[in-house]
Amino acid sequence: MYNFEFERPSTIADAVAALGGEDAQALGGGQTLIPTLKQRLAAPSKLVSMNGIAEMQGVCIEDDGSVAIGGATTHANVAAKAAGSYPALAALAGQIGDPAVRNRGTIGGSVANNDPAACYPAGVLGSGATIVTNTRQIAADDFFQGMFTTALEEDEIITSVRFPVPQAASYQKFLQPASRFALVGVYLARFADGVRVAVTGASEEGVFRWSEAEEALNKEFRTDALMDLHVNPMNMIGDLHGSKEYRAHLVGVMTKRAVEACS
Amino acid sequence: MPKDSGIGASSKRREDVRFLTGAGNYTDDINVHGQAYVHFLRSDIAHGRISNIDTSAAEGMPGVVKIFTGKDFEGVGGMPCGWEITDRHGAPMQEPPHPILAQGKVRHVGDPIAAVVADSLEQARDAAEAIEVDIEELPAVMDMKAAAQDGATLIHDDLKNNICYDWHLGEEDNDKVNEVFANAAHVTTLDLINNRLVANPMEPRVAVAEYSRGTEDYTLYTTSQNPHVIRLLMCAFVLGLPEHKVRVVAPDVGGGFGTKIFHYAEEAFCTFAAKACNRPLKWTASRSEAFMSDAQGRDHVSTVELALDADNNFTGLRTNTYANLGAYLSTFSSSVPTWLHGTLMAGNYKTPVIQVNVKAMFTNTVPVDAYRGAGRPEATYQLERVIDKAARELGVDPIALRRQNFITQFPYDTPVALTYDTGDYNGTMDKLEAAADLAGFAARRAESEANGKLRGLGVNCYIEACGIAPSNIVGMLGARAGLYDAATVRVNATGSISVMVGAHSHGQGHETAFPQVVADMIGIDESMVEIVHGDTSKIPFGMGTYGSRSLAVCGSAMVKATEKIIDKAKKIAAHLLEASEADIELKDGQFSVAGTDKSVAWGDVTLTAYVPHNFPLEVEPGLEETAFYDPANFTFPAGAYACEVEVDPETGQVTIEAFTAADDFGNIVNPMIVDGQVHGGIGQGIGQALLENCAYDENGQLLSASFMDYAMPRADDLPFYGVDHSSQTPCTHNPLGVKGCGEAGAIGSPPAVVNAVLDALNAGGKAVDHIDMPMSPSRVWAAMNG
Ligand SMILES: Cc1cc2nc3c(=O)[nH]c(=O)nc-3n(C[C@H](O)[C@H](O)[C@H](O)COP(=O)(O)OP(=O)(O)OC[C@H]3O[C@@H](n4cnc5c(N)ncnc54)[C@H](O)[C@@H]3O)c2cc1C
Repeated sequence: MYNFEFERPSTIADAVAALGGEDAQALGGGQTLIPTLKQRLAAPSKLVSMNGIAEMQGVCIEDDGSVAIGGATTHANVAAKAAGSYPALAALAGQIGDPAVRNRGTIGGSVANNDPAACYPAGVLGSGATIVTNTRQIAADDFFQGMFTTALEEDEIITSVRFPVPQAASYQKFLQPASRFALVGVYLARFADGVRVAVTGASEEGVFRWSEAEEALNKEFRTDALMDLHVNPMNMIGDLHGSKEYRAHLVGVMTKRAVEACS
Repeated sequence: MPKDSGIGASSKRREDVRFLTGAGNYTDDINVHGQAYVHFLRSDIAHGRISNIDTSAAEGMPGVVKIFTGKDFEGVGGMPCGWEITDRHGAPMQEPPHPILAQGKVRHVGDPIAAVVADSLEQARDAAEAIEVDIEELPAVMDMKAAAQDGATLIHDDLKNNICYDWHLGEEDNDKVNEVFANAAHVTTLDLINNRLVANPMEPRVAVAEYSRGTEDYTLYTTSQNPHVIRLLMCAFVLGLPEHKVRVVAPDVGGGFGTKIFHYAEEAFCTFAAKACNRPLKWTASRSEAFMSDAQGRDHVSTVELALDADNNFTGLRTNTYANLGAYLSTFSSSVPTWLHGTLMAGNYKTPVIQVNVKAMFTNTVPVDAYRGAGRPEATYQLERVIDKAARELGVDPIALRRQNFITQFPYDTPVALTYDTGDYNGTMDKLEAAADLAGFAARRAESEANGKLRGLGVNCYIEACGIAPSNIVGMLGARAGLYDAATVRVNATGSISVMVGAHSHGQGHETAFPQVVADMIGIDESMVEIVHGDTSKIPFGMGTYGSRSLAVCGSAMVKATEKIIDKAKKIAAHLLEASEADIELKDGQFSVAGTDKSVAWGDVTLTAYVPHNFPLEVEPGLEETAFYDPANFTFPAGAYACEVEVDPETGQVTIEAFTAADDFGNIVNPMIVDGQVHGGIGQGIGQALLENCAYDENGQLLSASFMDYAMPRADDLPFYGVDHSSQTPCTHNPLGVKGCGEAGAIGSPPAVVNAVLDALNAGGKAVDHIDMPMSPSRVWAAMNG
C-alpha cells in the first residue's frame, strides 16, 4: 500500500470538497478498494470515507412508497432493515460475501464499482432503481455501462439509491465456487406494469436486462414461457469456473427459478 | 469402556487452548530487535532470459539496506534435491541447479530475481518497484506431453531435454505385460488427470534470521515441518555452514500439509543475508506469494489399463503417467511420482502383473512436491477409478468386484516392491457397509429422485505406505537421508517429564497424544508429561513430520527411550526397596516388589535419581534417556470409503450428502484426534474432487492466483462425516502397533467422490465414463450434455 491522506467528513458537502483535490477517491466499506491498494494497483493521494456521513446512512420509505437506501449503508444493514419493506433486495444483500464483508461493504461502493459478478447491480437494474448522486439522479438503465464502468463522473458520490417496490421479486444467485460472487445471478422483479429481468455474472458487458425473457413473461408469467428462450453464449464470460455455454444455460435456469419463487 | 486417560483415551487437545485463544507463538509473531525486512522481486514472466538487472535507482531509496541479485550468490550452493531417482536405463535423473536468486533465466512466475532488504517492508517494496529488469521472453513450456517431444524449448539449457527421468517399476518385460493384456477377457482403459493443488496452509511461510557477530552463531526461525532437515540441507548443501553454529527453530506452525517440509530459497536467503547485512532479517510471504512460491501438489496425467480374466479376476495393471515437477526440483519432488506412487499401485488387490511407467517433466510452473498423501493419492485415484469403470463396463457390483480381488493372506509381497505386514480388507469393508448403511441407499436414492436430484454412491478402497521407512531401503532407492527418528525422555527430579521429540506438531495434536503414551507406560497423569519439539538446540535430532510417520517412527523412539527410563528407575526402586530388580513391577506410578506390599512411588524414585544419597553405586545419577528408532518396514493403513452425492441435473451442482470412512490404522492412541485427522483429510480430498484447481494459461500465468479463483473447501461444502476405525490389525513391527492416520482421508476420498458423481449420472441415464477433477458444476453439466 502506498501512503495516502485520510478524511472522514460528516456531510455530503464536505465530502464533495474533500474529493476535489487531485487523485482523491471515495472510500465506502473498502472491501474492493483496500485490497486493490494493498496490491499496489492504485495510488490515490487521499481517501475520503463515506462512513461518517449521517445523511448517507440507512433505509427509509419515501412518500411514493419507494425504498431509499443511503449510499453508505452496509449490506448487513440493508439485509436487516429492508427485510420488511423490500424483502427480495434484503435477501440479496444478505447473500453478499460473508459477515465481515457485509458489515463493511456498502451499496454505494458496490454500485459504483459495478463488478461484472456483483449482486447489487442486478438488484438495482432489475428493480429499475434510481441512483441519486450529489449532483443528479440517474436511471439504472442509463447507469451501468459495462464491466466496472458507470455513468458516474469523476468524484461524483452516490448518496442514495431509490428502489420502486415490485409486487414480487426474487434474486437467484449461483455461486462462483471460489469467490462466491455470482457465477450467474438473476434478479427478477414483477411490477404492475411489467416484469424486469436483470442478469449479473454472466456477460462480458456486465449486468444486462434479458429483454426476451421480460417480453415472454409479460405475455405469460409462467416458467413455460421461458422454455424456448436461449441466451446467446457469444458475449458470455468463459473462464476457469464456467464456459460461455454454461453461463448462458444458467441464465435460463436461474430465471426459471426466479419465476417459480415469484409465482 | 472408553478410557479417560492414557493410550486409547480421547484426551482433549491441550495445544488448542493456546491456538484458539490467540496465544500461539508463530514465526511471524517473532520480532528481533533491529530487524530489517526482506521483499523478493519475483518474475511475472514464466520463462525468459534476464538480459539486465539495474538496481542503481533502487539502492538510493529511503531505508534500503542492501539489494541482492543472482550475482551475489555465484559460488553459493543451490537448493538441493533430497532424492536421486535412477531411470529405466540405470542413469541418474537430470538434476538442474536451483539457485537462491535467478541466475540468467527465470523459469516460472514467482521465480525470485532480486531481494531488497530495507528498514521497513513498505520501503523494501518501494525499492523493488524501482529495480529495472530486462527479460527476453521465451516460449513457456506448459504441456507435459509437448515438453517431452524432441525439439521442445529447453527450460534448463544444460539438460538434454525437459524430462527429469523416465522411470518404471514392476514388470520389466513388455512382452509379458502385452501378453497379459492380449489374453485378458476384458480390458478397461482410463485417461485421467490428478489436478494440481495449492496447499494453502492458513499460515503463509515466514523466515526470521539472526546472525551474532560476537559468537558467529546463526538462528533461523522458520515455518517448517522439520527444522533439523532444514538445518542439515542449508548448512551442508547450500551455505556451507557448520551445523553446530546454526540453530533452526520451527515454533508453532499454522498448518503444513507437506508444503512446509521443503527447504526453500527464502530461508537460505535470510540466513545468508543476515550476516551480509549484519542485521536480523524478516520475510513474511503474502498470500499471493504463497500461490507462486510454495511447492504445489499432484499434477499427474495418466493412462491406466486394467486387465481381467473371464471370472473378473484382475490379471494385470499398466499405468503411464506424466508427472509435473515444475521448473525446479523441490526437496523431495523426485520421490513422489516414483517410490511414493508406483509402489502403491497394487492397492488392496492381488493383481499379479503390474507395470508402472512415469515420465517426470520440467515445465514453467511452480515446483511440485509432496502434498498430504504425496504420490499415494495419485496411485489410489488411478486404481480405484479404473476398477469402478471396469465394474460399470462389466455390469458387476463395484464392491463385489473389489472384494473378489482383495489380498487376504498376510504378509503379502506385492509385484511393486512392498511387503504388507497386516490388513483385513474384507473386515474393513464390512465395517463400511454397516457404518454407511449401504443397505439403505436405494431408499435414499428414491427420496432424492422425488426431489428432482440424481443420487449416487461411490465406494473405494485405499492402501497407503506410511511411517517412511527403513533407512537402508530408502537409501537403496535413492534417498539422500535416513528416515529414522529420535526422542529424549528427561525425567525431572519431581517426577514430571519433558520429552524432546524429532517429530514436529503443526496441527496433528502430538502435544496431547505423545504424553498419553509415556504417561500410560509409567502410570502417571498425562499432565505430568510434556513434549518439546521444533528447535534444533533442544531436541536430539529429528527427521520431522510428514508421511503419517510421527507416532509410528518418532513415537517408537519415544517408547524405546521410556523403556530405558523404566529399566533404570526399576534399578533405583530395587535399591530403595532392598529387593531384586527382577521382582520390581511398575503399575499406576508405583514400583512394588512382586508378591509383597512393599512399594515406592514414581516421584520418590525420580527424586532419588537426582538426590542420590541412598543410591546404587553402579547406576549413574539422573534420569534421562535417548533413543533413535529406524523402522523395519513401512506401515500399511488401509480403508474403505463411501460417498453419497446429489447432482442437480439442471446445473450440474454436486453436493456431498454423506461421507463415511472405515479405516484400519492399527492401534489407536487418541480416537478423537484420529477422527479429526480423518475429517481434515477428507475435507482436502473433497476439495480436490469438487473445488480446487491450480490452473495456468498457455503463457504460464497462474489463473488461480488468489482465493477469488482458487476454491478452498468451506465448512458448508462438507458434510458431517461418519468415521469408523474399529477395524484394527496392529502393525507387526513397531512397539505401539500403530500405522498412521494423517493422510488417509486425503488419499481415500477423491475417488469416492468421483465414483459417486458418475454413479449418479449413470443412474440418471447419462452414460458418462469420467469427469476430471475438480468436478465443478460447469464440468458436470458439460459432461451430462456432451
Ligand atoms: C470476500 C469478499 C466477498 C465478496 N462477495 C461479494 C458478493 O458475493 N457479491 C457482491 O456483490 N459483492 C461481493 N463483494 C464485494 C463487496 O460487496 C464490496 O463491498 C463492494 O464491491 C464494494 O463496496 P465497498 O463499500 O466496500 O466499496 P469500496 O471498496 O470502498 O469502494 C469501491 C469503489 O467504489 C467507490 N465508492 C465507494 N463508495 C462510493 C460512493 N458512495 N459513491 C461513489 N463511489 C463510491 C470507491 O471510490 C471505489 O472506487 C465481496 C467482497 C469481498 C472482499
